[in-house]
Amino acid sequence: MFDIFVIPFCLGVLALLVISVIKYYNWIKGFDRRQQMLVRKNILSWKFVPAIWEMIRECLLHWRITKHNVLLGYMHRSLAFGWFLLIAVGAVQAAVAFPGGHHLYMAIFFNYFEPRTPDMAHTHAMDTIATVMDVLLLYVFSGLSLAILKKLWSKPLGMKRTTRHNVTDRVAKFALWCIFPLRLLAEGATSAIYHNGGFLVAGLGSVMESIGLDNGILEYNLWLLYSLALGVFFTLMPFTRYMHIFTEVFLIYFRQLGLRDSDKKNGYTLFELSACSRCGICIDGCPINRELGVTDIQGVYLLQAIRNKDVLNKANDIANMCMVCGRCSTECPVGIDLEPIRRQVRNEQVSSIDHPDGYQYLKSVHHFNAVGRVAYFGGCMSHLTPGITEAMEKIFMAAGQSYWFMDKEGTMCCGRPLMQQGMVRQAEALRDLNKRVIKKSNATMLVTSCPICYQTFVKDYKLNIPVIHHSQYIDMLINEGRIKVKNGGQRVTYHDPCELGRGCGVYDEPRHVVASAANLVATEEEREKSLCCGYNLGNIHIDSEQQKLIRDAALRNLLAPNPDMIATACPMCKKAMTRGSDIPVSDIAEIVACNLVDS
Amino acid sequence: MNKFGFKISTPRSIDLDNGDRRLYDELVATVPSYRYCIGCGGCTATCSAGQFTDFNIRKTHFLFSRRQYDKLSTELLPEADLNKCMLCGKCSLVCPRGVNTRGLIVEMRMLLNNK
Repeated sequence: MFDIFVIPFCLGVLALLVISVIKYYNWIKGFDRRQQMLVRKNILSWKFVPAIWEMIRECLLHWRITKHNVLLGYMHRSLAFGWFLLIAVGAVQAAVAFPGGHHLYMAIFFNYFEPRTPDMAHTHAMDTIATVMDVLLLYVFSGLSLAILKKLWSKPLGMKRTTRHNVTDRVAKFALWCIFPLRLLAEGATSAIYHNGGFLVAGLGSVMESIGLDNGILEYNLWLLYSLALGVFFTLMPFTRYMHIFTEVFLIYFRQLGLRDSDKKNGYTLFELSACSRCGICIDGCPINRELGVTDIQGVYLLQAIRNKDVLNKANDIANMCMVCGRCSTECPVGIDLEPIRRQVRNEQVSSIDHPDGYQYLKSVHHFNAVGRVAYFGGCMSHLTPGITEAMEKIFMAAGQSYWFMDKEGTMCCGRPLMQQGMVRQAEALRDLNKRVIKKSNATMLVTSCPICYQTFVKDYKLNIPVIHHSQYIDMLINEGRIKVKNGGQRVTYHDPCELGRGCGVYDEPRHVVASAANLVATEEEREKSLCCGYNLGNIHIDSEQQKLIRDAALRNLLAPNPDMIATACPMCKKAMTRGSDIPVSDIAEIVACNLVDS
Repeated sequence: MNKFGFKISTPRSIDLDNGDRRLYDELVATVPSYRYCIGCGGCTATCSAGQFTDFNIRKTHFLFSRRQYDKLSTELLPEADLNKCMLCGKCSLVCPRGVNTRGLIVEMRMLLNNK
């Protein structure tokens, strides 16, 4: 059985298959050596089990989107999972109806090719499957109507602003939206003639029959249109955002195998670029959008600009305007880590000045007076807020801990500010110098007061001693009973620094510390949803007035519960917020140092 | 012969009209807050690199605004060697005029490199 109308569909599937295979092959070939090694090492391990679970949870059930907004999750789930089930049940239906085997298109256009001998057409099994197919089609329609609602009014679906799509994306979306109504209409027309299908299709068929349409001609043309819609959608898929449907599956697998972004754009980055579904969830949280009204630099537009190579300059501008506060990455339902991708773009841009020979002078600066087992690294910013370093010294002494204040005389930067601007080689030079000093000191633990330093110490330094932030250190001292703290009775709200919270996942320890020395009050946007203080070193393009706008938004959130004091765990956040706040802003170390009890 | 305990200085007047405005204009276009600088030297006083060397951002700013780009080379003036900067950002935080010093340094390096 063959009919000429199936050709657009078949060509579409063929195009999709060939282009996808070529793309994926080239991307996998483009992995760097470390990534290839990880794939080879882990490909035969048990890691495929969590990968398959994550694929089902995210690609079909869209769990992370559901957590963002229930209705939005339902919309994506009904389209993805609903369509998946339609295909799966459709395959069963065709297998039952054609026991002798069949072509792919006969399953897709089943109602047209359905064998209509009396013994086949109305068996119990076939009736049940037809009913199930109609229920599934209704399920998809419910999602489709939500998608149309979202286009007109996105607020009920938890999105203030949605993505502005380019032309090819819009054409593909139109084709996708046409697929399901056309399918129902075509099945209805067939049912009007042959009286097959489930309750929905048969119902539509009897309506179409009763209003006296020429269903013979209508039927053929509707099936042709359905085939065309499928063909157009499948052909456009590899070039549009809908490539995410398959790419996300691969990305999840590779991520479970342990692959991460490298410094340069490579095959893994290409998987990430295509795995972005351009859902636009990253837009609403972005402080640059919320406070400055800049709506074209968010993650979705960055990935789109890099993917469409022709607008590389645009990608540069987009990458530069970001604060790198990490809010978008925590909200991304695909789990794309945007910071390394921005760094790759920035690195390309500044590669001409990224030479690390300027730091020779640092080789001779450190006088080793390392006496303590614990090395304390204040960081550049803590030197602007000496209250923090003084408080830390007081706490070290109260705990009877011998310590070595590594950068008391002068700070060697940790290198992360350079990393954020894409100067990877320069940052590496600073890392090497710092590592040498730390190694030579024979310290057994590194405590730092600056979350910026903490993040790079943990993620990039690969030191063989534990590195902890002072919030964790103080929490440890309190838990071990080495220092005693009284509750000062003040009402305090806590500001999560981007680098400590979203950057390193340290949310609880600073809260324990605050709660032991004061009364901690929760705020509306905290933890993963914490707002950037505006002075983040990730952006060198916004001016001080814009920084103030972002800071004021963070302050509004912190001041809403009418606290007596704002606590934070980052010298830079403290410095930024002190300037705009009427009530005192303190680091948690300072609060603890004020409330120490002599034991 | 000339042992008077002093010498005659060569004139150091700089005619801004003779300089090449191109780099300066480009810098102002990308970092507009550059013009707010009052030369207080706060950036230089707090500079992390300045604690270890005589690296001097203020001087660099001035040379750039006087279009004396040729002096901004490592050999002539080690204190204006922007490669020493660790980009830690203290200078931006202490600036009383809100100059985006950190951005300025990156842009100056880019401009001088592509000169």
